Amino acid sequence: MTEPAVADRSAGERVPAIEAVDVSRTYQLDGVSVAALRGVSLTVQPGDYLALVGPSGSGKSTLMHLLGGLDRPTGGRLVIGGRDVNALAPPEMATLRNETIGFVFQAFHLLPRTSAVENVALPLVYRGVSARQRRERAAAMLGRVGLGHRLDHRPNQMSGGEQQRVAIARALVTEPTVLLADEPTGNLDSVTGAAVLELLEQLNAESGVALVMVTHDQEVAARAHRRITMRDGVVVADSADPSSAHDRPPSVDHGRPATLVSAPSAEPRSASGSGPGHPSGGSGGAAGATGRLPHDGGTA
Amino acid sequence: MRVAEAWRVALDALRANRLRSALTMLGVIIGVASVVLLVAIGTGTKQKVEQQVEGLGSNLLLVVPGRIEVGNAPVVSPLTLKDVDAVTRVVGDPDRVAVTVASGATARAGARSDFTTVQGVLETTPAVFTRSLARGRYLTGTDVDTSRRVAVLGDSVARALFPDRDPLGQQVALAGVRFRVIGVFAPLGQSLGVDRDDEVHVPVTAAQRLWGTQRVDGIAVKAPDRERIDELGERIVAELNRRHPDTEFSAVTQQQILGVLGDILGVLTGVLAAIAGISLLVGGVGVSNIMLVSVRERTREIGLRKAVGARPRDIGVQFLLEAVLLTTIGGLTGMALGVGTAMLVDALSPIPAAITWWSLALAFGVSAVVGIVFGVVPAQRAGRLDPVVALRTE
Repeated sequence: MTEPAVADRSAGERVPAIEAVDVSRTYQLDGVSVAALRGVSLTVQPGDYLALVGPSGSGKSTLMHLLGGLDRPTGGRLVIGGRDVNALAPPEMATLRNETIGFVFQAFHLLPRTSAVENVALPLVYRGVSARQRRERAAAMLGRVGLGHRLDHRPNQMSGGEQQRVAIARALVTEPTVLLADEPTGNLDSVTGAAVLELLEQLNAESGVALVMVTHDQEVAARAHRRITMRDGVVVADSADPSSAHDRPPSVDHGRPATLVSAPSAEPRSASGSGPGHPSGGSGGAAGATGRLPHDGGTA
Repeated sequence: MRVAEAWRVALDALRANRLRSALTMLGVIIGVASVVLLVAIGTGTKQKVEQQVEGLGSNLLLVVPGRIEVGNAPVVSPLTLKDVDAVTRVVGDPDRVAVTVASGATARAGARSDFTTVQGVLETTPAVFTRSLARGRYLTGTDVDTSRRVAVLGDSVARALFPDRDPLGQQVALAGVRFRVIGVFAPLGQSLGVDRDDEVHVPVTAAQRLWGTQRVDGIAVKAPDRERIDELGERIVAELNRRHPDTEFSAVTQQQILGVLGDILGVLTGVLAAIAGISLLVGGVGVSNIMLVSVRERTREIGLRKAVGARPRDIGVQFLLEAVLLTTIGGLTGMALGVGTAMLVDALSPIPAAITWWSLALAFGVSAVVGIVFGVVPAQRAGRLDPVVALRTE
């Protein structure tokens, strides 16, 4: 699944943001082993925009948790930000998450009774950033998601779309390499959802943060540059690597992989070699290819 | 996470659930307040008793038959006035020797009566013990030598028998025998619940005749100086042992009495504090309980914090601080309440109460420790929560 490194601007070598090799995850439930993931291999490159789709129970949430360093595989090798997860103790995992991963959840998961700017600043607390700097950076990040005027509002004073924007700002305030979004539009109406999606895509294009999105929504998935379809704990289709569907043939049900053929841009993005830390960069020509720069605020 | 930040988060969490925090603290407040109050009462009582024992007069030596120990039954005294003369020879100064032979008796004056303690004494009593008169005069040597039936009344007795007239010169019947009132003591107040003004002094000779006895219950000696008080005691005991080989005698000083009383009251204070400590412990269990509820309630918050980079220790410290904050705020409030109540008790009731710095320091320290002890388990539980499970919790 190595993307064809087209124009290797940055000296050719590209460190994958996340690399999973034959990763499996088995749960022990009342003494019975349940395999949620059965040998998944996947590489996320900086700047990627990929969608993880599949029916519930397919293992996509489990994979998401593994990719985000919230959980550990019971088999295989998982390397996040150049570090082998199996070699890390829980505190080191926490630091790894703080430094490399941003999470956006379906239910927003904002702290109640806490202002937008403090919610966004939360990850910086665990990084030991001073209160003043935290507020500055959080405020700047809120400005980038179009909420510069809502700094001191609390979650219950904001619409769903605004809350999810706060969550996105929180995920990105640490300048992570990967943004993991679990059904980010799942709790939003279609108009608001579309605006949030556009914001995510814009941030992906501008800052080069890899965007990994778990979704049920085929329309949403169709916008990703790469779609990975899961079923029964294995990847059954990967739009970037059609051969990946070989492992285990999808059992009965629908031949869903076929529907994915209609994906618009299977062409791999030559993911900004500029790397993270240049938010307004957009230097990569490919970034412009998304062509969507929402500035409508999208407050529904 | 910085400590200042952790404090802020803990404080915010307590504020978010004001009523619950307050009720949880209440357990600690009551515990600490009762520790402070009961220790204050114990200390106050001890101080007051010590003052009173010292107020008996300085360099006092009490000589009694038997051994002065807690739990020993009193011994019938073999002492007589002849023994008193022998002791006086040892001491060398009759003004420094006082005696007592005491018994309960009903005092009557007209239609009024009062059950009181009649003390047969020598004229030296006011000099040996520190006693002063409000009215009239005390007994004289002649009164004693001639067994004159004269009496000096304690303040309570005087009030009971002569509520509306001057007792001086009046007749009082003690155990049916008439005495003339020649003086009234200045009031002394209460000591350990005993009314020290409930007594009547008569000449020892008259008392002996009243009860048909030769006995003297005890001898008190005012030593000329503190240095030789023990030696004097030994000489007196030796002389009495020579005269009464069958009986043991003890000579005790105020210091020894203070020591014994101090021990008893110290134990009493300790027991009171321990009982109050149990309520503090119960308060601690309440804190533990509410922290477990808090951890469960905020499972999602914990999951989120972990997702954005909180280490298990960060979460643990946050919840531990919350528990410690609950108990220390409760502890400080309890201290204020305890001190306030103690001051009220001291001012408005006959029970003395004295605040000591160590009881405050102890109460505060214990409440902080209670927070740590009872906060650790919930904090560990929070720190160990699996972020995946925590985030899924609704």
